[in-house]
Amino acid sequence: METMSALQGLLGGVLIGLSATLLMGLLGRIAGVGGILSGLLFERGGDRPWRLAFLLGIVSGPGLLILSGLDWSNVAGDSGAVVGAPASGLAAMLIAGLLVGLGTGLGSGCTSGHGVCGLARLSPRSMAATLVFVLVAMLTVFVSRHMLGGSV
Amino acid sequence: MKALAGYLAGLLFGLGLAVSGMTDPARVIGFLDVAGAWDPTLIFVLGGAVVTTFIGYRLVWRRQAPVLDVRFQLPTRRDLDGRLLGGAALFGIGWGLTGYCPGPAVASLPGLSWPLALFLIAMVAGWWLARRFSPAH
Repeated sequence: METMSALQGLLGGVLIGLSATLLMGLLGRIAGVGGILSGLLFERGGDRPWRLAFLLGIVSGPGLLILSGLDWSNVAGDSGAVVGAPASGLAAMLIAGLLVGLGTGLGSGCTSGHGVCGLARLSPRSMAATLVFVLVAMLTVFVSRHMLGGSV
Repeated sequence: MKALAGYLAGLLFGLGLAVSGMTDPARVIGFLDVAGAWDPTLIFVLGGAVVTTFIGYRLVWRRQAPVLDVRFQLPTRRDLDGRLLGGAALFGIGWGLTGYCPGPAVASLPGLSWPLALFLIAMVAGWWLARRFSPAH
């Protein structure tokens, strides 16, 4: 099943890349989910319609898979599910949500803006940001899972 | 037309996240947990996305301008600063604690739970705070 998961990862990644290419080719914009949604909520102006449409699109992707009953998803240990259950408690989710919002806001990008689009543009800022957030996330998992025993 | 383009891009993105397994925080944490039962799936997702975007960008940049707008809007800064790296570090802590980054968190709305709702509300509050701290906005 490891190979199947890797193939699905690759296919899903290609779909994300096509999405980024489409947004650049049609609208000239970076497909950074954090930036698009933060802009939708906190900026006025002509970008609101396409940003709102992007939000509806990203939600309707998994939504349509659930409605269609197609088993194309890749949730670990639950082949029928499209959306996996949160693995953390309420307190961790609250603190993490705040850190993800604050961090992607201050750092001008998230996994898609820096990690996908920025790396594809060979941007030095995105390469540095991606390296930092991946290493810090790995360290966070190591501390919370292996040093604090998964109690976070 | 711009809204339709936005919807199609969002739909492809959401399908990509679901097909690849990124709407499952356990898969993401499995990748980040290098000292545990390591799950390499995310490497294939990121690799597939970056290579496709790299090729796709160079194809669309052959045009003078995007199809539905007057110019490509690309970041121009190349310097590293504390805001960029500090922000990335804060984001990394939140990502590691839960396995959620903005895309998968929002794409998981069709399977909304209380913990996820709390995460999303806190994330929006974080975006608001970041804009208050940013002189550019």
